[in-house]
Amino acid sequence: MKNLDSVLAAYLAGWAIFFVYYISVSQRMGALREEVERLKAMLAKGSSK
Amino acid sequence: MTKSIVRAAVLFVLIAATAYLAFNYAPVEKTMGIIQKIFYVHVASAFSAFAAFGVCFYANLRYVFTRQRSADWLGVSAAEVGLTFISVNLITGPIWAHPVWGVWWTWDARLTFTFVLWLLYLSYLLLRSMIEEPDKRALFSALFGIFAFLDVPLVYFSIRWWRTQHPQPVILGGAGSGLDPRMWQSLLLMWGALTGLLILLLNARYKLEGLRASVEDLRREAEVR
Repeated sequence: MKNLDSVLAAYLAGWAIFFVYYISVSQRMGALREEVERLKAMLAKGSSK
Repeated sequence: MTKSIVRAAVLFVLIAATAYLAFNYAPVEKTMGIIQKIFYVHVASAFSAFAAFGVCFYANLRYVFTRQRSADWLGVSAAEVGLTFISVNLITGPIWAHPVWGVWWTWDARLTFTFVLWLLYLSYLLLRSMIEEPDKRALFSALFGIFAFLDVPLVYFSIRWWRTQHPQPVILGGAGSGLDPRMWQSLLLMWGALTGLLILLLNARYKLEGLRASVEDLRREAEVR
């Protein structure tokens, strides 16, 4: 079928963009959660001294 | 992390199913043939981008009048998610245009205003990264976001106000325009699936912004001590 490869390329590109963005948000969220825990632990250590 | 990947995978299966319906249920367009199937993801991603920019505009206005941090978080989240959707629209458009027009891109009113829209929201995010003070960052970006939204009606009405290479409207386009009912249903289904994705992404991005604010607060507290 003529142009079927272009149609598939368009759909794949769209899904890839959404998927990469979602993974990037999840990874940034994981890193920030770790940072919150680290800072909380640091502050708790500081106040117990 | 694993839970979020599973949720994303479920939604992507749903979108794949709607795409399958668009291929098998909606009829093949007579003049363009199979390439017209790009229409469903191209138009639905534009609708979702407009919805995200609308949320951003509302949040920016709310921030200007109330100075609530949550409004700032919503504004930046909607801007970033909207930018993702409009990127999909801008990438799928040329893939459709090339076999039909013979060129990947042309600077007609619709394409130019859409590209400007992409640049405006990219600038909105860059502007935020350049201002460190949270209140100043929130206010400046809210004012810029209100200005950026002015381009959304220009994108929408450009094919009604000017003669363009881009096709004239088939949705709410007046006499002589319109879609086959099965095409309509396929488009609405795709838009519904992408709206689900929009909500999922917006929710995740909003939580991320909340965490970022917590980190900033904790860092400030650590500096004071």
